[in-house]
Amino acid sequence: MEAQTLYEKLWSSHVVHQEADGTALIYIDRHLVHEVTSPQAFEGLKLAGRKPWRVSSIVATADHNTPTDHWEQGIQDPVSRQQVETLDSNIREVGALAYFPFKNERQGIVHVIGPENGATLPGMTVVCGDSHTSTHGAFACLAHGIGTSEVEHVMATQCLIQKRSKTMLVRVDGKLGKGVTAKDVALAIIGRIGTAGGTGYAIEFGGEVMRSLSMEGRMTVCNMAIEAGARMGFVAVDQITIDYLKGRPFSPRGDDWERAVAYWRTLHSDEGARFDQLVVLRGEEIQPQVTWGTSPEMVVPVGATVPDPAKENDPVRREGMERALQYMGLTPNLPVTSIKIDKVFIGSCTNSRIEDLRQAAVIARGRRKADNVRQVLVVPGSGLVKRQAEQEGLDKIFVAAGFEWREPGCSMCLAMNADRLEPGERCASTSNRNFEGRQGAGGRTHLVSPAMAAAAAIAGHFADVRDIL
Amino acid sequence: MQKFITLNGLVAPLDRNNVDTDAIIPKQFLKSIKRSGFGPNAFDEWRYMDRGEPGMDNSQRPLNPNFVLNQPRYQGASVLLTRANFGCGSSREHAPWALLDYGFRAIIAESFADIFFNNCFKNGVVPIVLPKAEVDALFGLVEHSPGYTIEVDLPTQLVKRPDGHAVHFDIDPFRKECLINGWDDIGLTLRHADKIKAFEERRRAEHPYYFA
Ligand code: SF4
Repeated sequence: MEAQTLYEKLWSSHVVHQEADGTALIYIDRHLVHEVTSPQAFEGLKLAGRKPWRVSSIVATADHNTPTDHWEQGIQDPVSRQQVETLDSNIREVGALAYFPFKNERQGIVHVIGPENGATLPGMTVVCGDSHTSTHGAFACLAHGIGTSEVEHVMATQCLIQKRSKTMLVRVDGKLGKGVTAKDVALAIIGRIGTAGGTGYAIEFGGEVMRSLSMEGRMTVCNMAIEAGARMGFVAVDQITIDYLKGRPFSPRGDDWERAVAYWRTLHSDEGARFDQLVVLRGEEIQPQVTWGTSPEMVVPVGATVPDPAKENDPVRREGMERALQYMGLTPNLPVTSIKIDKVFIGSCTNSRIEDLRQAAVIARGRRKADNVRQVLVVPGSGLVKRQAEQEGLDKIFVAAGFEWREPGCSMCLAMNADRLEPGERCASTSNRNFEGRQGAGGRTHLVSPAMAAAAAIAGHFADVRDIL
Repeated sequence: MQKFITLNGLVAPLDRNNVDTDAIIPKQFLKSIKRSGFGPNAFDEWRYMDRGEPGMDNSQRPLNPNFVLNQPRYQGASVLLTRANFGCGSSREHAPWALLDYGFRAIIAESFADIFFNNCFKNGVVPIVLPKAEVDALFGLVEHSPGYTIEVDLPTQLVKRPDGHAVHFDIDPFRKECLINGWDDIGLTLRHADKIKAFEERRRAEHPYYFA
């Protein structure tokens, strides 16, 4: 048999029906649901008099709108509350494999709770009305975001209409230096291929660096595949994947476990499999990264300076750079480490897992945030992450450093709740998007790793985490 | 879904790369549980001088005179002309809902982000990819000729300029058929319900652990 890529294996095992032009019906194993992109889908289903096809595929939670403090007061914003309550009532009516509502001890960001509960398993197709569904690809899943019409489509038919993507292998060879993390790998990849570089592709992340990353790290890289334009990114199964999944609430048990593991071990690209594109990075060359603009591809190593649009030849790109610098309140050629910050956000589906919090805590331990830093939010990705961090005493380290220890949720990643930047405020953020207004109208976001975010909180400006470690 | 066959419409230019869905419809408006009514808040942060919140009377808000779509000459536009990687970022379908509600039925760009591109088809909005040279030319023509219109002919897959120049665009045949007929995807898929059931049975037997 011809050597296959992991993508081809995952794709062909889910084709229900295929038309002559290649349009296919793809079966969906897991459907993650949150409050923002589902109400219109539930309503559409009801209006058409349709029933959900397989309720046990649904895992739901409320995360985008939920507050991260004063849970005893409930959700203050009436519009947010209505959206969360709409999800409550929709799930009550329709059912689900699992629902982690507001205040539940296992509630959290949808892309954190799926994996940690073993609801995301290798070989699955995983969809959610959320672009960062690519995160689940870390488990060798075909996982991608969908729009609300498709949420309704999956509910009604358990399928999606799709065409095969092209394949790209991003290989990160060698080893990462001290203080360089999965987030820096993700940003370095986007810096290399650009925010549209992956458009139309399914990206497999491979190479020694990816193999050496924990599941948390792999999730961080796959999470940001969408920022490189790819709807999905994934990593082959290995022992690290299998060890992570053993004993999780929805992971298979007993004979099923053995059977599953035997199958999962086949989920890798075969020797000699052909990709449509190959991109190679060297781990040793990746430095801690900081974005300077309003697109994740506007990124430089921490030791660099803010780029100069005068050196850009393409007029549309040059104008884009000028607009970004103006929005960000930066001048060309400024050393990145001289940029002072007002706030720090450690959280989001990119970097809110236990390993991320540990990385930030290593820097925060025994230090205090700089006086010019108004607020440092640490927002765990889920109730389970929060509990684990507290068992390890990380919360105490953060609080002693002057950081705020919050309840789980999306929080200032997109500022749909009360956590947000004020106009002009500058933030070192571990989230995934530095778009204009993303963290609050007029807010200025610099994307960094959790360790770099903590280092910036301590220094009051961007700092090379390698000087502190 | 609204059918789309041909459209002869006023063109509005948005001369930027990487216009993201947060810019098309900011997150505070995603709290709505409805599909309609997003048009007045399309491009909210660029369009108005104040900060928009759901429930405001948008007709009373101060407009940003520097935002191109606020220029009187572009009022009533139904074709949006833009650059590369339009619609990147979040998967929110609220973005095409907002553009449709604003009045856009076709978007011409050098390229689109995947999820946004896909979401357009579900709502009767036609995303058209043209080569950079054609897009450049259109920007020039729109800028220099107030009231500039073009015709989008879906059956023949042509964008026709008033000067007679026509460019072919590619579109997936299945999606084209759905647009022309206004078909609902779910209905089409459910014609294969037996196949879906059979597939599901096989999968359940082979991989029971996915069906816990
Ligand atoms: S943490 Fe941010 S990116 Fe992730 S799901 Fe929530 S809002 Fe989206």
